[in-house]
Amino acid sequence: MPDTVMARPADARGAPAFVRAEGLSRYFDVSPPLLNRLLEGKPRQILRAVDGIDFAIGKGETFSLVGESGCGKSTVARLMVGLYRASRGTVEFDGHDFGRMTSRRAMAPIRSRIQMIFQDPYASLNPRWRVREIIAEPIRAYKLLSGDQAINARVDELLRQVRLTPADGVKFPHEFSGGQRQRISIARALASNPEFLVCDEPTSALDVSVQAQILNLMKDLQRELGLTYLFISHNLAVVYHISDRVGVMYLGRLAEVAPARTLFRQPRHPYTRMLLDTIPDMDMTGRQRTPVAGEVPSPINPPSGCSFHPRCPFANDRCKTERPNPIQQGDALIACHGVEEGRVPDGPIGTAQAA
Amino acid sequence: MADVTAPPGALRRFVDSDVFYSFRQSKVTVVAAIVTAIIVIGAFLGPWIAPHDTYDVRSLNLLDAFTPPVWSEGGNPSYLLGTDDQGRDVFSTILLGARVSLLVGFAATLFAMILGVLLGLISGYVGGTTDAVIMRIADIKLSFPAILIALLIDGVARGIIPRDMHDDLALYVVIFAIGISNWVAYARTVRGSTLVEKNKEYVQAARIIGLHPFTIMIRHVLPNVLGPVLVIGTLGLAGAILAEATLSFLGVGVPPTRPSLGTLIRVGNNFLFSGEWWMTIFPGVMLVILVLAVNLLGDWLRDALNPKLR
Repeated sequence: MPDTVMARPADARGAPAFVRAEGLSRYFDVSPPLLNRLLEGKPRQILRAVDGIDFAIGKGETFSLVGESGCGKSTVARLMVGLYRASRGTVEFDGHDFGRMTSRRAMAPIRSRIQMIFQDPYASLNPRWRVREIIAEPIRAYKLLSGDQAINARVDELLRQVRLTPADGVKFPHEFSGGQRQRISIARALASNPEFLVCDEPTSALDVSVQAQILNLMKDLQRELGLTYLFISHNLAVVYHISDRVGVMYLGRLAEVAPARTLFRQPRHPYTRMLLDTIPDMDMTGRQRTPVAGEVPSPINPPSGCSFHPRCPFANDRCKTERPNPIQQGDALIACHGVEEGRVPDGPIGTAQAA
Repeated sequence: MADVTAPPGALRRFVDSDVFYSFRQSKVTVVAAIVTAIIVIGAFLGPWIAPHDTYDVRSLNLLDAFTPPVWSEGGNPSYLLGTDDQGRDVFSTILLGARVSLLVGFAATLFAMILGVLLGLISGYVGGTTDAVIMRIADIKLSFPAILIALLIDGVARGIIPRDMHDDLALYVVIFAIGISNWVAYARTVRGSTLVEKNKEYVQAARIIGLHPFTIMIRHVLPNVLGPVLVIGTLGLAGAILAEATLSFLGVGVPPTRPSLGTLIRVGNNFLFSGEWWMTIFPGVMLVILVLAVNLLGDWLRDALNPKLR
């Protein structure tokens, strides 16, 4: 399969991949209970939340995944930190494949090097714990420091690193605003000196002004500590701001992977283009645009062939029957028969449709 | 904010809290709390403040049997509420009986609580087959009346334990029997709350750190599911005291030599129709007051901890 080679790119600068997912899949069994299946003859139902995606992230790089609700972004995030086990495929971190690791013990050596920042700052901190204890938990769990004094000093340092004050450590999470809580969450994630941070929509629950602060903080920390980010978001503006490379997900698969600049200047995949068309823009006032029509189909019963074909204005018979594989086009990887065959024109989709 | 403001002391925070405010606002609750406190303290200090040691058979005088309360004709000032058929001071037996009742009530509730909370936590957190097995056992348990299970355990225990140890172990058997028949309420509540909590992101953060599931259950989930448990526990305490009284009344509870309120009511019941009403009425009134006060406290706690009712 020629595309397998293509699907294993190094990162944008040609450095070897630090984190790599290959054929990564996660299926959920959502079948009705056994009795219903036996008595009512209902079939087993498998939800393919993530269905064979490949990407690689270089050290110090920010790789983003974007897509509509239910496309499997968050499942990928959970797979990448080992909260879920992969149904198929591998997740490689610095040469360790942990996609199928079953025991906590097997994960232990790389545990402290991977951390996660969560979406909901109101749920991600234990309401009964003081901030100091929350941040110190990874340090104690991995026995990185011994003695309360050393741990307290480290927590103070972490609080300052996320632009809070050591005095905040004695408070409870409910005494903070959403943005401050997200800083606490980041401090906890940094406590174990991780190299790879998975950020699952870290700003989507915050006010716009606070979003920018958190994003800038994350960028600063990346520069200072050499962090590698996997950034999950549905907010394209945020993604453009923070990413080096972007993967567009649709229904558990990657539609397009490209450097952020390329993706936003020259989107190739019809889905990416429709997504970008939805960004409100002062220049676009009055311009005819094509909204992303319809809804994401059910991942329990995905469409045949290219899963985007029911919503794609360029779909033909091949799209309905054959699943497209990612093909290298310039510096982008695009899974689209239309782009491969040159059927998809470069102009805005709205005009193309009218023509 | 350069200076570190010291967190206010625990007592100060409690006095300032919403819960304490709603406590002060409700006169019924304050009275119930005072009554409960008096009974608990009285029962705790029973052996020292009771005018007669009714456990000491040598101190009993059969000639004093069936003395009516002090204000009735033939009353004896040294027996405030009269005496029973063996000449025991009713007031002293009530104090010592409340002690046994409260001991059994507290111990049985604590036992049910620990068992129920643990099983509920495991059931909710682990899920899958473990969850199904524990919950089906709970369903089976629920399909029997609690008192029937307590009777069954008591009967089995009497069959197993040697006869001469019956009286010594009776107390523990009752505690076990009542505890076993009450754990389901805790298990179900905790399981429900655990299912909610375990999907919250702070639990996932703990899982990413790689903590042992048991550590996560105890350190993270448990403190967040205890609120409802406290309410059920308070209401369950009243239930357990009543259950003990019922068992003792039926004659399978604690032995008459160290009577609880239920035993006193049963013994006195034999003489109710021959006119010696005080032997059964006073322990009965005591039981009603105690259970009512604890129940009122439980009701208040349930409302105070439920933000929707504020």
